[in-house]
Amino acid sequence: MLKILRENLDQLFALIAEKETLYIPTDATSGIAQFKKWEAGMKMSEKLKTSRSAKDFFFPQTEDLVSFKTNGRKIDIIDPRTETEDFVIFGVRACDAKSFTILDRVFLVDPVDTYYKNRREHGTVVTLACSKPAETCFCTTFGIDPTEPAGDVSAWLTEDALYIKAVTEKGTAFVESVKAIAEESDETAVEAQKAATKQILDKLPIKNLKTEAFGGGKTETYFKSEEWAKLSEACLGCGTCTFVCPTCQCYDIRDFDTGHGIDRFRCWDSCMYSDFTKMAHGNPRLSQKERFRQRFMHKLVYFPENNEGIFGCVGCGRCVEKCPISMNIVKVMRTLAKEEEGK
Amino acid sequence: MQEMMKKRAKELLASGEVTRVIGWKKNEFDYDITPAVFTSAEEIDRDFIYDDFCGVNLSKFTFQHQKNDTKTLVFLKPCDSYSMTQLITEHRVDRNALYIIGVPSYGKIDVEKIKADGVTGILSITSEGGDVHVHTLYGDKTYAKYEVTSERCLNCKSKMHPTYDELIGFEGEVMETERFDEVAKLEAMTPEERFEFWRGELSRCIRCNACRNACPACTCETCIFDNNDSGVAQKAAADSFEENMFHIIRAFHVAGRCTDCGECSRVCPQHIPLHLLNRKFISDINKFYGDYQAGAEIGQRAPLVNFTKEDVEPDIVAKGGKA
Amino acid sequence: MNNETLIPVVGVITEVKLDTPDIKNFRVVGRDGKKPFAHKPGQCAMVSLPGIGEAMFSITSSPTNEEYMEFEIKKCGCLTTWFHMLEPGQEITVRGPYGNAFPVDDAFVGKDLLIIAGGVGLAPVRSVINYCRHYRDRYGKIDIVYGSRSKEDLAFYQEIVDEWMSPDEKDVNVHLTIDREQDNWDGHVGFVPNYVKELNFSTDKTVIMCGPPIMIKFTLAGLKECGFDETQIFTTMELKMKCGIGKCGRCNIGSKYVCKDGPVFRMDELSELPDEY
Repeated sequence: MLKILRENLDQLFALIAEKETLYIPTDATSGIAQFKKWEAGMKMSEKLKTSRSAKDFFFPQTEDLVSFKTNGRKIDIIDPRTETEDFVIFGVRACDAKSFTILDRVFLVDPVDTYYKNRREHGTVVTLACSKPAETCFCTTFGIDPTEPAGDVSAWLTEDALYIKAVTEKGTAFVESVKAIAEESDETAVEAQKAATKQILDKLPIKNLKTEAFGGGKTETYFKSEEWAKLSEACLGCGTCTFVCPTCQCYDIRDFDTGHGIDRFRCWDSCMYSDFTKMAHGNPRLSQKERFRQRFMHKLVYFPENNEGIFGCVGCGRCVEKCPISMNIVKVMRTLAKEEEGK
Repeated sequence: MQEMMKKRAKELLASGEVTRVIGWKKNEFDYDITPAVFTSAEEIDRDFIYDDFCGVNLSKFTFQHQKNDTKTLVFLKPCDSYSMTQLITEHRVDRNALYIIGVPSYGKIDVEKIKADGVTGILSITSEGGDVHVHTLYGDKTYAKYEVTSERCLNCKSKMHPTYDELIGFEGEVMETERFDEVAKLEAMTPEERFEFWRGELSRCIRCNACRNACPACTCETCIFDNNDSGVAQKAAADSFEENMFHIIRAFHVAGRCTDCGECSRVCPQHIPLHLLNRKFISDINKFYGDYQAGAEIGQRAPLVNFTKEDVEPDIVAKGGKA
Repeated sequence: MNNETLIPVVGVITEVKLDTPDIKNFRVVGRDGKKPFAHKPGQCAMVSLPGIGEAMFSITSSPTNEEYMEFEIKKCGCLTTWFHMLEPGQEITVRGPYGNAFPVDDAFVGKDLLIIAGGVGLAPVRSVINYCRHYRDRYGKIDIVYGSRSKEDLAFYQEIVDEWMSPDEKDVNVHLTIDREQDNWDGHVGFVPNYVKELNFSTDKTVIMCGPPIMIKFTLAGLKECGFDETQIFTTMELKMKCGIGKCGRCNIGSKYVCKDGPVFRMDELSELPDEY
C-alpha cells in the first residue's frame, strides 16, 4: 500500500494528467458534484457521490454509432469509431465501480459492443472508499463493501493522506507510475477508517433492506401483484431514475440530419417513457403501471435470472434522492416483499 | 393543520361528497414526500401528511386521477391553486369533478439546500418555530428556517388561493416579491456572459424530462419532442444546439401560461435553475403588456393570446427589449 | 478495430413489386450484386433508410435463394411509408441476421408441418415453406392455411398459385381463406381460426403460426381444443426493436429478449413469459 500526503494531491493529479486524461469529481456551482476533466487548481469534491453516475465514461448519454453520406440513391457508410485515448477516473465509489461489472454483463457479452469495450479497455478506474455514507445508501444490500471498493486501484482518503492499492494489472501499472510522490505505508490508518465506517454502515436507515424475496424465477410471484398500481400511481413517467441510475443501460438509436449527412447516434432511453415500446401498430405497455413494473422487474427478477443472481441495482441511492415524487426501488422492494410474506 | 385536513378529508369521504382524495404521503425520510390518492379513512389515518416538506404541486395529479362520475378532493397550496386555475381556464381539468380545499403554505423546506451545505446522513429534520433541526449520523445542526427554505417560497408571489371550494386556515394576500431580482441580474449580463451562463447550466441537462412531466403548464398529450412525426423529436441532444433548444422551446411554449410555481427547478436532478427562463418571460410580459399573473382568475385572457391595439410591436425584439 | 454489428452494410434494391394494395416486396442485394449475408428461416434483419429510421423485418426469402434477399413490407408507419416510395436502384442499409430461427434442421425434420398465417404474417413463414419445399424429402406432409381480408390482400398470391399449389408439388396442400365474400372468389370464406378448426387436422402435426395477435390467440385456443400440445406449436413475434442484439432493452419480456432469444418461440416457452406482447 502506498501513501500520498493530502497536500500532495494536486501533485498526484498533475502527475497522472501528464500521461493520461484525468477525471475527478468536483463541485458545480449549483451544489452538486460532477466528474470533470482535471485542470490545475481544480479541487476535488468532498461530496459522497456525483449527481450523475460514472456510467457516462463507458456508456455516454449520446454517441455516434455510424454516419451516412447520401448522394441521390447512393449511400456511403462512414465508421466514426476512433481508438479512445487512455484515461483515468479518480474517486469512483464502490457502488459505481460495481455498476461497471453489471454493464459489462450487457455490453461485453457476445456480440460485443465495441464502442463500450474500447472505452472500458482504455479507462483506469481508481475507486475511493466511503467514509461518510449518506442516509440514502444501501449498497450493502447488494453485497458491496464501500470500505473496500473494487476497480483497478482502490484508494482511501483519511484526514491527512491518500492510500492506494492496486487491484488489477492495469492498477499495478498505475500505482507504479505514481510511486515518485508516494511512500510505502502499512494499513493501520486505512483499517481504522474502515472500522469507523463500518460502525456508521450499521446505523444506516435502509441497511435492513433484503434481497432474499427477489431474483430469477420470481416473475410469476410479482408480475401480477396488485401493488404495482398503487406504487406507480404518482409516477410522472420521466426518466430521472433511469438516467441517474448507474446500471440502467437501455438505449435508443436515432438518426440526426446534420445538413451534410446523417449521424446515427445512440442515446440513453428509459423504459419509463411512454414511447419506449410504441410501434406503428400499437403499444404492449399502455399505462405507466406497466412501464414502472418493467423497470423494477428487470432489476429485481429478469436481470438476475440471466446473470447468476446478480441484481440490476447497486444501492447507490441516487433514485432515492432524485425522484421528483420520491418513489424508488427501496419502496418497491419493501412493498412487494411484504405482500409476498403476507401470502 | 394536518389534523384538520385529515378530519375534513375523512368527513367528505364518509358523506360521499368525494370518492377519492389527492394529498401527500410520507416515505422513508422526513423529507421525501409522494403525492398519493387516498380512498379510505384508514389510508388517510395511516399515510396522510402535510408539513414543511410537502412542496409537490398536486394540481397536475388531478389529470390522471380525476374521474368524471364522482368528485375528487384535492388539497392545494396557494401556488398549486394558481396552477389549477390555469388548468381550468385551459379546459384541461373538469372543475365540476373536483372539490378543492385551499391550504396555507408557510414556506417549504428545500432539503437540497441542506445537502448542498455538506450535510449528509440525515436521520430526521424537524421544524420548530423559526428553527430547523437536522439530526444526522455525523452530528446535529440547526438552521434558521429562511436559510433552508426553497427559493420559490422565499420569493413567494402570493398566499392567496384563486380557486377553492373551501379553505382551511386564513386566506392570504398577493405578496410583494423580489422574484425578478435574479432575472434582472441575468439581464444585466452581456449577451456573451448570459450565453456562457446558460450554456454552463444547460450542459448539465440529462434530458430526463422531469421538468416537462412535472410542469402543470406542460399538458400536451404528446409533446412535440416525443412525436416522431413532428420532425424535431429528440430524446437526447445530438449536439449542444439541441440541448439549449429543448428548454428554450419549452419556456416559449409555457410563456403566458406559467404561473411560476417552481416545480421545474424543484424536480431537476441536475439543479438547473429552469424557473429563471420562465420568469424572464413573465417579467417581459409584465413589462410589455402590463402586470399579468397566469392562473389568477378562471377564464382570464393571457396577453400573448389577446390582441389589443396597444400591444408592443414585434420590432421590440430587434431593439433588445428596449421600447 | 473489431467488427461492429451496429454498423450496417449497403444494400441495393433491385426490384420492387406491389404485392397487395398495402404490401410491397423488395429484392435486395449488396453493392457487389450478391446476397448481403446468409440467414436461416425465421431470422430477421435491421433495414434502414438513413435519416428516416431503422426497423426489424423478417427475411422472407428462403436461405436456399442464393441470389438475393427479400423483404415483404406492409405500409403502416413512418419508415414503411417511405419504403413504399422507393424504386429499384435505391440504396438502403441492412444489418443482421438477427434472432434465432425456426428449427427446420432438427425439430421439424421428419414431421408433418401445418403452417398457419394471416395477412403479412405469411412473410416470415414463407421462408420456412420455401426452405422445406427445397429440401422436400426431409419433411412429411405440408399443410398451409393462409387467410387475409380479401383476395387482393393475400400476399404472394401468384407464388402460392403458381408454385405451392402446382400439381407438381408433392404433398403440399394450400388452404386459402378470406374474411368476406367477394366476386371472383370461389374459395373458402371465414376467419383463419375457424377454418383451422373446420379442417380438423390430425394432432400429430408440428404447427408454425404467424399473424396478427388476435388470430394467434384464437387459433391457439382452437388448436388446443383439437388436442394439440403447446410444445408442438411454434410462432414468431414482433416487438419494437432498436439494436437487434439484446442490449437496448426494448424488446425485453420477462428474462427474454425477442430480438436475441426470439423471434421464434415455442408456445410453451411463450406461455411462461409475462403477458406483455
